[in-house]
Amino acid sequence: MALLQISEPGMSAAPHQHKLAVGIDLGTTNSLVATVRSAMSTVLQDGHGHALLPSVVRYAPDGSVVVGHEAQAQQSNDPTNTVSSVKRFMGRSINDITDRAHIPYRFVSASNEQHSKTLQIETRAGLKSPVEISAEILKSLKVRAEKSLGGELVGAVITVPAYFDDAQRQATKDAARLAGINVLRLLNEPTAAAVAYGLDNASEGNFVIYDLGGGTFDVSILHLSKGVFEVLATNGDSALGGDDFDHRIYCWVLDKVRESNKEFAPLTESDTRLLLTKSRQAKEWLTENFEAQILCRLSNGILVDVTLSADKFVEITQHLVIKTLSPTRKAMRDAHLSIEEINGVVLVGGATRMPHIRHAVEDYFQQEPLTNLDPDKVVALGAAIQANILAGNKNDDELLLLDVTPLSLGLETMGGLVEKVIHRNSTLPIARAQEFTTYKDGQTAMSIHVVQGERELVNDCRSLARFTLRGIPPMAAGAARIRVTFTVDADGLLSVSAREQSTGVEARIEVKPSYGLTEDEITTMLKASFSSAEDDKKARMLAEAKVSAGAIINSVNLALKTDGHLISAAEQEAIRDEIKRLETITQADDAHAINQAVEALNNATEAFAAARMNASVSSALSGKAINSLEM
Amino acid sequence: MSNSQADYFQLFALPEQYAIDAKLLEANFRKIQSTSHPDRFVNAPASEKLASMQLATLSNEAYGTLKNAAKRAKYLLERRGIDAVADTNTALPMDFLIQQMEWREQLDDAKQAKDIESLERFYVQLRAEAKSMEAQLTELFDVKKDIAAALALTRELVFIDKVCADIQQAIEYLD
Repeated sequence: MALLQISEPGMSAAPHQHKLAVGIDLGTTNSLVATVRSAMSTVLQDGHGHALLPSVVRYAPDGSVVVGHEAQAQQSNDPTNTVSSVKRFMGRSINDITDRAHIPYRFVSASNEQHSKTLQIETRAGLKSPVEISAEILKSLKVRAEKSLGGELVGAVITVPAYFDDAQRQATKDAARLAGINVLRLLNEPTAAAVAYGLDNASEGNFVIYDLGGGTFDVSILHLSKGVFEVLATNGDSALGGDDFDHRIYCWVLDKVRESNKEFAPLTESDTRLLLTKSRQAKEWLTENFEAQILCRLSNGILVDVTLSADKFVEITQHLVIKTLSPTRKAMRDAHLSIEEINGVVLVGGATRMPHIRHAVEDYFQQEPLTNLDPDKVVALGAAIQANILAGNKNDDELLLLDVTPLSLGLETMGGLVEKVIHRNSTLPIARAQEFTTYKDGQTAMSIHVVQGERELVNDCRSLARFTLRGIPPMAAGAARIRVTFTVDADGLLSVSAREQSTGVEARIEVKPSYGLTEDEITTMLKASFSSAEDDKKARMLAEAKVSAGAIINSVNLALKTDGHLISAAEQEAIRDEIKRLETITQADDAHAINQAVEALNNATEAFAAARMNASVSSALSGKAINSLEM
Repeated sequence: MSNSQADYFQLFALPEQYAIDAKLLEANFRKIQSTSHPDRFVNAPASEKLASMQLATLSNEAYGTLKNAAKRAKYLLERRGIDAVADTNTALPMDFLIQQMEWREQLDDAKQAKDIESLERFYVQLRAEAKSMEAQLTELFDVKKDIAAALALTRELVFIDKVCADIQQAIEYLD
């Protein structure tokens, strides 16, 4: 969608110009934006000197949308229109939110049949999806970055919990698109932290990143060697975080209050929010103190005044700490490493400030965890380093991130069982195919159900997509050969295609999991959010089409000059013809025609690109010819 | 993109044999990824992105195959047109069949007893067993070139891998 491409005025004219790219940590509790300036990764602050933007969005009575500290301050006064911890709802259905009774929002199941699974929140500004609410946070960070850097962003690396499933990743990418941000890459939070930490400390060896954020827990085990960050295994719990500790305190306070007030009525939404805020403050206070007082007056006049000791806090939350150790052990087993082989353990996320978390990690790994980088900022700092490289500012051949898929991907087979196609902890990108056949004579369609998870039964896994492959030629049962291919790209996003092979008849379909927004919805939302006139939009699209045409012509010409010998003279001629055609079309002011010609040129250079790729790989391996490789 | 057609050994500039130089395999894998990874082509035209995706995917698949003792043996046989795990290849020596049954029983007993420690010990024992098979496979594939015997042993190794995966899964459910 050309509309979303952020044009880079200097792109073709001055290729060495520094491109503005940022790393964004879109957190449950707080969000940050960082960039690399003068070779240093730095977190960008707002006008008041705040680095952390509270991930709180308020739909104000005057119709404006307020994000951050100002929204947070109004949370207790206006609980139903002020949304915090929205990350917990990304890519989730209403049934996934088990503690709804203690969350002061009005949840609604999306009425749209296409994705009846997604949830929405009712606010005074209408129904809002978690994607739209997250987009407000991202917009706010984008504005901060552009103000601070003095120009339009080329793109951003946005971090996601490593244990996010496909639906949650897709939702995050949709939110970025809605915010008008070009996503260079979705990067796993622990991997981002490892980059910041590893580069800062010139680390080599096996490292564990223990990342307990506001709402998610990740543990990743990486092997660091000469600038290569190879994730060996990752595990976690995408619904476990600092919020749960607040919630335990909240429940404890409620029990205390009920003990002394027998006639205690249900809490109002404001009271719930107030007590949750007080609980969070008590938790933070207990990091460095022996007891915390929780003092406030509820709307019914009842005075809450209770004191929570650090010991009691440990007692009521120890089960949450223990809950993080099971994924940790799983990751260690998958990495085939023993405790003795771990060179360092890095703590990430504000929740790892809690002393009993530190003790548990230290006990398990038999070594003191590393905390010399701010656990709130390390993810954003790492993301900025990656963004700087991806934007092309630094030709850093030394840094390479090899990440994995956190959860197994599979298909439903007979009897509601799951056939795994891609196993968890497979290095990305990955493509795997599996063959299936028909079970009835003359069967012309086959329904395919894509799931994600480790369990054997479909019902215990997350359903990502269902689609039907039609147009299978009628054959005897078992004669058709349907090849289903799963591809997971470097963002960790899945696409699935299916093809009937035996007859050469191709029935093919590409699916995107059903939790995200549809292409149409995003377009509609974007159109609504752009205030500019139709003419402006057309002019912008045309300018962008011309920029991308110029870029591809330059790059193909350069490739022909250096590597033209890799293909035949006739093939070179065919490519040159497409270039000429594109050059002619670019003269006219028709964005659609230009984009089509760009695509035609791209198609014409596919074999050439593959030949160049093989050649550069073989030269990397000291000149061994592998041109005959069949792809 | 039909990966089964590609020559994984050639891709990594390694000789086609069972014995593998693990250090060189890893070093060459990193070189290939450094050249072909999609992160290097974020701003490239679509055709180059596609080529990058295809080669990075292929090298991940190839690396995973050559690195693993059982998969590498299966792949060497596949290159000779033999499907080691095909249903038609059911013949296993009697003493291995008996051994198999004993292992299955040992696994079930430990599962019943919910004994994670004994499962872990069992896992270590099987890995040691697999390790000794690797030495024999090198002998059969590379020195004696006895493909029939290599096939039989490969099937045993594949079976051990399966039991190991089941042990891991059992530990996971208990943990």
